[in-house]
Amino acid sequence: MANVILKVANLCKYFGGVVGIEEVSFELKEGELLGIIGPNGAGKTTLINLITGFVKADKGKVIFKGRDITNLPPWKIAQLGIVRTFQLVKPFYRLPAYKNLVVALCSPRVKTFRGGKYGKRDETALNLLEDVGFERDSAVPYKQASDLPHGYLKRLELARCLALRPEVLILDELFSGMSIAELGSTLPIIKRFKEEGKGVIMVEHRLKELFEVADRVIVLNFGKIIAEGTTYEILENEDVRSAYLGAEEEEAINA
Amino acid sequence: MAQYRKERLDRPIKARCEDIFALTSMREILYLIFPRALLIVGVLIFPLLKGVVGLYWEKVLVITCVIGLLSLSWDLMAQVGLISLGQAFFFGVGAYITGILNHKFSLPPFVTIPLGTIGGGIVSTLFLLPALRARGVYFSILTLIIPLLLSRLIEATKIFGGTEGLSGLTPFQNFWIETYLPIFALLVCLFGFRRLINSDYGLIVQGVRDNDRIVMSIGINIYKIKAHILFISSLVGAFAGSFITHYYRFVGLPAFALDYSILPLACAILGGPGSFAGALVGSFILVPLSEVLRVLGSLRVVFYSLILAVCILSLPEGIFHYIQRKYHQFERIVEI
Amino acid sequence: MWGNVLVYGVINSATFILLTLGFSIVFGISRIANFAYGAFYLSAGYLTWVFLTKANLPLFLALPLTILIMGVLGFMGYWVMIYRIRGNTLSEVIATFALGVGILEFFRWMGFVTYEFSLPFLKKGTIEIVGIPLDYQRLLIVLIAGGLLAFLYFYTHHTRIGRAFRAIAQNERTAISLGINSDFIGALSFSLGTAVTAIAAVTVLPLGIITINIGYEVLLTAMAVGIIGGLESIIGIVIASFILGFAQVLAAIYIAPHWSIVVILASILGVLLVRPSGIFGKYKELEERV
Repeated sequence: MANVILKVANLCKYFGGVVGIEEVSFELKEGELLGIIGPNGAGKTTLINLITGFVKADKGKVIFKGRDITNLPPWKIAQLGIVRTFQLVKPFYRLPAYKNLVVALCSPRVKTFRGGKYGKRDETALNLLEDVGFERDSAVPYKQASDLPHGYLKRLELARCLALRPEVLILDELFSGMSIAELGSTLPIIKRFKEEGKGVIMVEHRLKELFEVADRVIVLNFGKIIAEGTTYEILENEDVRSAYLGAEEEEAINA
Repeated sequence: MAQYRKERLDRPIKARCEDIFALTSMREILYLIFPRALLIVGVLIFPLLKGVVGLYWEKVLVITCVIGLLSLSWDLMAQVGLISLGQAFFFGVGAYITGILNHKFSLPPFVTIPLGTIGGGIVSTLFLLPALRARGVYFSILTLIIPLLLSRLIEATKIFGGTEGLSGLTPFQNFWIETYLPIFALLVCLFGFRRLINSDYGLIVQGVRDNDRIVMSIGINIYKIKAHILFISSLVGAFAGSFITHYYRFVGLPAFALDYSILPLACAILGGPGSFAGALVGSFILVPLSEVLRVLGSLRVVFYSLILAVCILSLPEGIFHYIQRKYHQFERIVEI
Repeated sequence: MWGNVLVYGVINSATFILLTLGFSIVFGISRIANFAYGAFYLSAGYLTWVFLTKANLPLFLALPLTILIMGVLGFMGYWVMIYRIRGNTLSEVIATFALGVGILEFFRWMGFVTYEFSLPFLKKGTIEIVGIPLDYQRLLIVLIAGGLLAFLYFYTHHTRIGRAFRAIAQNERTAISLGINSDFIGALSFSLGTAVTAIAAVTVLPLGIITINIGYEVLLTAMAVGIIGGLESIIGIVIASFILGFAQVLAAIYIAPHWSIVVILASILGVLLVRPSGIFGKYKELEERV
């Protein structure tokens, strides 16, 4: 029975009068991939921001490997091993792709691995890029980030996270805008990461691809969890359907 | 019959790789080194020409180096995103600490200057630390008003010599020391800063400026980085102040004057923010110029402001980059 | 004794409010710190003086004319200084700073520093309030400060342009997507800010002679009050003005007159340690940008 690596308990966040997140609780086990889905505005990114420290929680706790990390600053949480991507991808535009990773390799977290697999930073950066599908012997890793197409930038985001050898990987709509080919090279990486016994949380809209890798799924709507379970259970769930499709449609179908 | 075409001087170098220069011939090495060597050697030799150009211009050189130090420290802070409108703050704090140590405790310059530098660095960094967490422009506002407030404070409470300041401080005994000290400091800072910015740490620094969200998400405390850079810059600024205190043998309200904030700013912007050599070029242009134009009084400041405005609005890359580009575009006629 | 504190405290606070409003309006709406604020303030004073002495205009004509012209200058100032570099913090700061210093030092060079430069009171005479003699001008400061605040509240809540101001202040991108021209509104905010600055100038300057240093003082004051109260929040400005206003008066009476500077410095440091964005500042560090 795998251990719980991340536990979220009664998390709440209010923006003035608007509910961002209310009473959200769930657990993430080692080697598990948890999907978080829901309509736009449901609070998915807010939830990620709360877990990773970019937004202060009003109530509730986030516990990582037994340690309370609620409201710690984001860099501290990253140092502990929880790393995230951003929905709106903004790399270091003026730097070449591999230099973007070199910056990540300067993180204190990476220094703790010195002497291991991590050798000189430039070399390691190029290897990482190759792992996510950048063609090694081409000019692509050396191109300025501002010249790279969207799919490459997304994979750069993923590479940046992997550079930190995280324990929990949180991906915010990574698949959006990626082509089938790019997905083909990305999905195995995520699967492999999961199999190493780490935890993954994925917020996604592309449900087909998500359901290929997710073990469990949580559905958010209006800041609350409305359903939780395996992918089959979620697909059958009435509340989930009406959240995505709209209640009136349901009535029209059933009428 | 021989045919000719024009070719860029740096073509053999550039053709081989994008930004790594693979040097294969003495000529190429000379081509790259020449401008840098010119500047450094020129600056180092200048004091030796004392007999030729006269003491006045040697003094101008010293002041140029001091302002150059302030410009360099401004430029460094700008690299991490901190835009300072008050180098005078670091300058004044360093100056006053040194002045007080010399005046009250009669410590000699080679003790007061290091103490003034380090003490000035620590004090000004502590003062500005809280501002690092606030919105960027707050930092600029604070650096502007703190030296002005401090000078009014000193004027009102008459501490540290009040309006008259502390005078009759120990001078440097030796012309060579007092002229070469700022020159060496300037060169050390120039090369040190360039090294810093080109290193991986420098990447992080610029990352904090360009995209602090990512830097935070990879586990780096951006405020610590800002504090590092602030401290280094404040050390340099405080050193400039400490040095001047013994050079002029006086410290007073003018140490916090707006001039010490505006002129370095103008030099750095003129030369081009981001390239530390640009700050130097800017200083070597503006400071002697301002000495020459001393007769114009306040109009000089108007002149700096004009340069600032023109540069920031239409030549943001600065003179240095412009010259650098043009230098690399020199062409020669080559036989085919 | 308490009457003294109360009356002078209120006047001092009102003065701070007046001096800060112009700066805060521009910052609150378009997020631009106008470092040329002091230059505009002084220019308003000089303009009025020129109208009064060189053109021999009566006061009731010179004042509105000055305010109008300053408003136009503010509008043009936006297009000259800001338009090309909007959004680039480094450039904005330096451009407005350069302009401000340039103008002020230009005035200094032109020699606008003698005692001849002063503006007349609006109405001479004194009136007694709570047993304290007060000249009308000082009373006027309080009235105008209050009036301006009321006007601004009404304007930004009940007129199209005013609401556009609030829209841009809250979320520029959304406002643009709703058809609000950000640059035009930005220029208008400069215009309004400069006009308010002019009003403040003609109200407060008569209390003393016009000197160049006032340009720097006023910039200093506006920024200090802004930092303490939160630059973009009018409520914050008012509260900070009252805090500073009364603190200064109390310090001057009970400790020593020149300790007012210490009060300002200490307040700034205090605020930065506890609430870096100012008491009512709305800058939420990370939340805003994620």
